[in-house]
Order: sequence, then C-alpha cells, then structure tokens
Amino acid sequence: MTDIPISNILFVSTALFFIGMYGLFTRRNMITMLMSIELILNSVNINFVVFNKYLYPDKLDGIFFTIFIITIAAAEAAVAIAIIINLYRSHRSIDVETAEEMKY
Amino acid sequence: MTASQIIFYILAAFILGTAILSVTTDKIFRSAIWLLFSLIGIAGLYFWLEVEFIAAVQIVVYVGGIVVLIIFSIFLTQQSGKEMLKPPMVRSIASVLAVLFGFALTYFLIYKNDFKAGDKSFDWSVSKIGNQMLATGENGYALPFEVVSMLLLAAMVGCIVIAIKVPAGASSTETKEQKQGNIENLKDKEIVEGL
Repeated sequence: MTDIPISNILFVSTALFFIGMYGLFTRRNMITMLMSIELILNSVNINFVVFNKYLYPDKLDGIFFTIFIITIAAAEAAVAIAIIINLYRSHRSIDVETAEEMKY
Repeated sequence: MTASQIIFYILAAFILGTAILSVTTDKIFRSAIWLLFSLIGIAGLYFWLEVEFIAAVQIVVYVGGIVVLIIFSIFLTQQSGKEMLKPPMVRSIASVLAVLFGFALTYFLIYKNDFKAGDKSFDWSVSKIGNQMLATGENGYALPFEVVSMLLLAAMVGCIVIAIKVPAGASSTETKEQKQGNIENLKDKEIVEGL
C-alpha cells in the first residue's frame, strides 16, 4: 500500500480525467458525452479518496465528498437521460448538432 | 516489486485502457460496455486502497444503476449496432493536443509538489461514517445529507415530468411534429440553394 507513491495514483486519476475530456471534445452523441462526464466524476472521486487516505488519515471528509458526488452523479444521469429521451421523441436524433433551436 | 505494486499497475492499466476504448470505439453499445469495465476497475482500485465501503457503493450505484440506465437509454433511442459518425480529423487532432498539453501541465504540477503524508493510520468504519454523516455538531454532515435527499426527490419528480408521454390528442405533439417538418423543409431548401 505505502510502497506506491501518491503521485502514481494521481497519475491514474489525472489520465482518467483527460480521457473523459477527450471524449467530451470529440463525441457529438449525447449519451456518449454523458459517459465521458461519468469518467470525469470518477477521476475526481479517486482523488478525494486518495487524498483522504494518504494525507489526512484521521479525518473522513474525503469519503463523505465521494459519497455525495456518487449520489449527485446518479441524480444527474437520471435527469440527463430523461432529457435525452424527450429530445429523441421530438427530434428523432440525439446528436447535439440537431438540437439547435435555442441557439438563435 | 511486491504483489501489491503489481496489482496496482495491472488495475491502472485496466482502468485507463478500457476508458480509452470507451471514448474511441465506434459503436455506442460497445462504448457503454467498456465504460462498465472501467467502472469495475475503479471499484477494484478502491478495494486495493482498502476502502471497501466506497467500492461497494461504486459497484451498487455506478455498475448496477447508472450503466444499466445508459444501456436502457441506448436501446430506447437508437440502433445499438449502428456505427457513429467519426469526428472530423481536425477536431480529433486538436482535442488530442489540448488533452495532452493539459495532462502534461497538471501532472507536472503534481510531480513537483511534495505531499506530506499523514502519520496516523487510516481507520474508517461504517458505524463511524454513519455517526458523522448524521451528526449535527462540529464536522457533522447532517445538513448536506438533508440537502442531497431533497435533491434526489427533486430529480425524481423532474425526471417523471420531463419524460412523461404527452397524450396523443394534445396539441403540443402536433405543433412539435409540424415544427419538425418545417425544420426539415428549411434544411432541404438550404441544401438545394447550396447546390
């Protein structure tokens, strides 16, 4: 456990964050963009747990933040999917380029 | 190299590899399945960090809830075997460059920073978490707990309101359909004019 330096674990979470970022930049499908956001949130969760465990082991705040982020991610995914399904009903597509009525 | 280190590197490679496949694969259903594997790998990382409670929550909520929800919405909205459009080459190259520079800058900052490790041992237990979660005194998380419960209720009501089907006789669906037809007409006209 302690034989892995903290920077190696932070390497994983940073790489995961930027992989999610890449997905968010390149994908134009709403469901895959939502999946990229889930990856980003997971990388943040890893950071919270690792900082709590390695730097402040006598506290539990990182664990609480992780639990709250997981809860809010679940609520966010449910609302986003409801919006996506409603958009699919009216536009027959979930591509972000087709949903542009509110742009002008 | 100890067994713990080997397990960590295997987990890290698994998480990152499946995450990369998840954002680059062409078929949307495969993308969701790769995301599932990546989330399971992250749960494994939590097990490796010996925070089994978070690992269990991760498996129950993410793997059992969110991914299943995403797969359902894929089945409801499009053909799962259909290939998605590839992003334009310029956009891929620009995104790769942006992501690489961002990663290099962030990891450089992390690498240069020296973290002062705490000397105490990390002891969490479910009873400790529960007691602090509902404590109202100092370091208590009762207020965020209540706020999150209200948020969940609001999200549930909001989902039902957004996704509920409008009855066929109602006027709003007709106007939507008409609007859709108008948009398609406009697009056709533009294409014709462009030619």
